[in-house]
Amino acid sequence: MKKFVSMALAVCMAASLAACGGSESASEPAASGSAAAASGSTAASTAPIKIGSSGPLTGDYAQYGEGVRNGIELAVEEINAMGGIQFESSMEDDEADSEKAVNAYNTLKDWGMQIYIGAVTSGSTIAAGEVAYEDNMFLLTPSGTAAECMQYDNAFRVCFSDPNQGKASAEYIGTHGLATKVGVIYDSSNTYSSGIYEAFAAEAANQGIEVVAAEAFTADSNTDFSVQIQKVRDAGAELLFLPIYYSEATQILTQANTIGYDPIVFGCDGLDGILSVKNFDTSLAEGVMLLTPYVPGSDELTNTFTEKYVEKFGIEPNQFAADAYDAVYAVKAACEAAGITADMDYSAICDALKVEFTEISIDGVTGAGITWDASGEPNKEPKAVVIEGGVYVAPEGGEAAAESASAEPAAESASTSEAA
Amino acid sequence: MEFLSYLVNGLSLGSVYAIIALGYTMVYGIAKMLNFAHGDVIMVGGYIVFVFMNQLGVSAIASVAAAMVVCTVLGVAIERVAYLPLRGAPSLAVLITAIGVSYFLQNMALLIWGSTPMSFSSIVSMEPLQLAGGRLVITGEALVTIGVSVVIMAALTLFINRTRLGRAMLAVSEDKGAAQLMGINVNATISLTFAIGSALAAVAGALLCSSYPILQPTTGAMPGIKAFVAAVFGGIGSVPGAMVGGVLLGIIEILSKAYISTQLADAIVFAVLIVVLLVKPTGLLGKKINEKV
Repeated sequence: MKKFVSMALAVCMAASLAACGGSESASEPAASGSAAAASGSTAASTAPIKIGSSGPLTGDYAQYGEGVRNGIELAVEEINAMGGIQFESSMEDDEADSEKAVNAYNTLKDWGMQIYIGAVTSGSTIAAGEVAYEDNMFLLTPSGTAAECMQYDNAFRVCFSDPNQGKASAEYIGTHGLATKVGVIYDSSNTYSSGIYEAFAAEAANQGIEVVAAEAFTADSNTDFSVQIQKVRDAGAELLFLPIYYSEATQILTQANTIGYDPIVFGCDGLDGILSVKNFDTSLAEGVMLLTPYVPGSDELTNTFTEKYVEKFGIEPNQFAADAYDAVYAVKAACEAAGITADMDYSAICDALKVEFTEISIDGVTGAGITWDASGEPNKEPKAVVIEGGVYVAPEGGEAAAESASAEPAAESASTSEAA
Repeated sequence: MEFLSYLVNGLSLGSVYAIIALGYTMVYGIAKMLNFAHGDVIMVGGYIVFVFMNQLGVSAIASVAAAMVVCTVLGVAIERVAYLPLRGAPSLAVLITAIGVSYFLQNMALLIWGSTPMSFSSIVSMEPLQLAGGRLVITGEALVTIGVSVVIMAALTLFINRTRLGRAMLAVSEDKGAAQLMGINVNATISLTFAIGSALAAVAGALLCSSYPILQPTTGAMPGIKAFVAAVFGGIGSVPGAMVGGVLLGIIEILSKAYISTQLADAIVFAVLIVVLLVKPTGLLGKKINEKV
């Protein structure tokens, strides 16, 4: 009797499981059917184009992903309010994990994503990029900096790549005549740092910059910088280039100060955060220049962006928000130019955008006149900030003056490198 | 002039290694165990000084004294809780426990103080000495570090050789069983060793963070390993050996950074260690002990 009851129960369970599976599979076609119906009715130009994004919304890097989500939301809201082309956005959490990024990408595709603005971190971008390439889905990452993010022709990005930051730093120092003798202290055990250094060293010669000392350290010996600082000083460097993260930079600044060495200090986005180190004497960071994609208050565009962002989300935008905001506007410009409509499938959109992206030029909050080449890399004037009174400010002379001054020397350096 | 400047930097770095190495070598000499948590006691010492000096506004010397008290209590507590129950256990078990304690301390610090690095304000308020028209700069931190390490070394040698407690430590290090038969309280002596080693760790933490002013939960890890190497280099178990090993290691490290390669410095340091151990397996000042089978 007992046996019979248990068997009956088992049968019941199996049946209910099957029912579960059945109802699920039944609901799916229904959903896709409604999606098809929706896309069928999107023949009218007012239907939104679906842009999907994924990034870390929880975990250690959550503020990166949140910035991107907010940036996209703000831009989409503005664009939709203008009338004309309409967007609908959705963001999935990938916790900055490459496996989860692929899952997030697939979820977005099920949702009906036509353009992918993601991922936020390099590893996730590379992983999701593989699938996006197989699908022929257009990919525009706001902030994936690693070189491998751009290995396929469907991938573009808004941020500078690691090597580009080095090149841009050298160009900035050269065109603004900050110094001719430069010392570098970099982390040879870190791809970010050594990647920037190599590109910097390669470009320095074109800019008439002499790298008088290039001193390395490794992750295992990142406390004692006395030798490196002394070598850089003895080599007569007027400017110290630090393509490193902020925690080591605070030590270098402190140790340089104790021996009374006070060069111009220039860094990349890794230095962003230097003012948040607890108990760090920020007066030591006074005059430190760093390259960052987004300078609050540098022009009207960034001012209105910052205002609207603070009003909507209650916090200051970070560089990820700025990159994502520009990404949406770039997609808008390209979609308008290529005549993309919501009833096109993602593969057709990708083919059109791949071509169109190399044609457009947009004025964004991370740079004016941004253009892209076929490799996916953006061309824009790097923006620099200088730390004054414990806050970031735009360097004297303003960005506008810097741009007009830089246009010609940049072209010149290109021709000299060709000649060489 | 350049060379002198590197030499002073090397001496200063080596002195910090030496103070940390003293902690390793004393514990090894007496308890015959490698206390890998020693480096993390240094980190705790650094944080305590930071809390007292920067957050409570206590003077530098009082802060260091407070850190010494806290670290002494911590060291003795670690010994009681983690190592005492393993007194008879195989040395491998004790070693693994020590590594566990090390991770425990790092994660406790992570919980209490967070992962954000903190910039440590130097406990030394001395102006740097400018010699040879500013070409040779000796920082106050370097002078204090070298001075303190010499004083500690002298005091420790006197303590071990001239006091009853010190002699008890020597006796325990030579033969635990015989020492116990002579009426020496072995457990109390080992506790005392941990207390002294941990108090020294607090001083080392304050000096280390003053010279290299960044404080995070992993601050003690690398200097701890380097100091362990210094202790082996000088002959583990030997107090003067730790001092010599530490200072030499610091100088070799800085000079190879300066004249060979900043990247290969660590590799060179460890290569020197290997050569020394090949030639003198017990380290520079280590005693050769004939094991009777």
